[in-house]
Formats: sequence, structure tokens, C-alpha cells
Amino acid sequence: MLRTVSLFLVLMAVWLLLSGHYTPLITGFGIASCLLSALIAYRMDVIDHESHPLQLGPRIFLYWGWLFIEIFKANLDVAKCILFPSKNLRPSMFMVTASQKSDLGKVIYANSITLTPGTVTVDLDGDQVMVHALTEISAQGVMSGDMDRRVTKVMEATS
Amino acid sequence: MELALDIGTWVLLLAGSLLLLITGFGLIRLPDLYTRIHAGGMADTLATFLIFVGLSLQSGFSLVTVKLLLVIAFVFFTGPTASYALAQASFVAGLKPKLDGLSESEDKDETD
Repeated sequence: MLRTVSLFLVLMAVWLLLSGHYTPLITGFGIASCLLSALIAYRMDVIDHESHPLQLGPRIFLYWGWLFIEIFKANLDVAKCILFPSKNLRPSMFMVTASQKSDLGKVIYANSITLTPGTVTVDLDGDQVMVHALTEISAQGVMSGDMDRRVTKVMEATS
Repeated sequence: MELALDIGTWVLLLAGSLLLLITGFGLIRLPDLYTRIHAGGMADTLATFLIFVGLSLQSGFSLVTVKLLLVIAFVFFTGPTASYALAQASFVAGLKPKLDGLSESEDKDETD
């Protein structure tokens, strides 16, 4: 129930931010449509810990901040590799183990690897993640397991 | 203040455009599909971010800013999904990556 209320609030916030028309009639329509959407989602039973991960709380925002810095560094690395391929281009493919237990945690980890330029998740099977890396630096970044530990820390209080 | 915002926009847009240029260069220059996906990843992440933040500096503090920032958020959520779908599809189809780095022999067998 808490998730349904939260979904309604999120929908309402997005509606208010995107609409820009604040006459009583239009705002009334907005509230009505958000209520209806939340009600239908509740009836369809699609609001759960995966579609609306409220349990992650503020920790996920801290993780996003860290991830953004990593993306920034990885971008510079990939740009360097493209401009000077003979020195930096060392493509490799290897398996790493995801230590998250839930599906959501594994998806966050695999998507974070893909979002960081220079590393792409090719396959996710059980807890084995197959990664293709562009340079040695990016390969070592994934193998060090730093990102894996951080995602696990985001997930662990919830499990 | 106006001037500072304009300079900020210029710097961000030029940096983003430069990254896009390198991305396009990489798409042609890199040897195979898997490495080219990495080049595309730059356009998905930092280049998009820099250009849209640069544009949102020009829109003032309004609803347009929010919309521009929402675009960044959506691209950041959908970009990796598309990259993964591409990499996974070519992997399942049996395309072998060209490797010369820290490769493990068992991975090559699985691509058969």
C-alpha cells in the first residue's frame, strides 16, 4: 500500500513538472489521471520491490554520485583509447562473480558495468557476469570488484 | 552573470561536441563490433550529459530545465539496456570478439 501511495506521489510530481498548466480544471484532470494510473497499477499487482524499489532509499543516490565520477573517468580513458589505439587498445573478455543475491541487485550491477564506457556486460547467467572490456584500465576496474561491493552495500540492508 | 552562463554553456557544448566527434571517429576506427559499442557508450553518457547541462544553463530556472534534466535521466536508464541488447544478440549469434588483452581461454570456447 505504501508503494501505491508513493507511486501516486511520483506520478503527480512528474505530471506537475511536465505540464506547466495550472488552472483548476487541467490540474483536476492531472490528479484524476494519476489516481487512475496508480489504481490500475495496484489492481494489476505490478507494484513490487522491483518496479518501484522504495527500499533502496537514499543510498542509491550516493551510489549514483559515485557511479557518475566513474563514468567521467571511463569516458576520458575510452577517448584516449580511440585517439591512440596502438598504445591503449587491449580488448579482453572475462567472467566476474556478482555477489548480490537479488535479481534487482544483479541488474543494477550489470547495468552499471554497461553504463561505464569501456566495459560492456555481454552475458548474465546466475551470478556469473561476462564482461567485454576495451582497455587494460577498464578491465582492471571491473576485476577489482569495487563496483560489485558498492552495489552489494546498497542492496544489503534490504535483501 | 549572463556572461558567465554563456561561457559555461559554450564550454559544456564544445566539450560534449568534441566527445561526440571522438565517438564518431571511434565507430569507424575501432576493429570490431564489441569495441565499437564502447565508443557508442561515450555518446550515451558524458556527451549527452554535457550537452544537456549546457542547454539547461540557457533555459534559466524553469520547467524547461527540469525537462532537459529528465531527458538525461531517461537516456542514462535506457542507454545501457540498448548496449546490452546489442552485445548479447551478437554474442548469442556467435560473433567472436577480437581479443589481445587479458583474455581467458575458456571464454573463446563458449563463443563457438
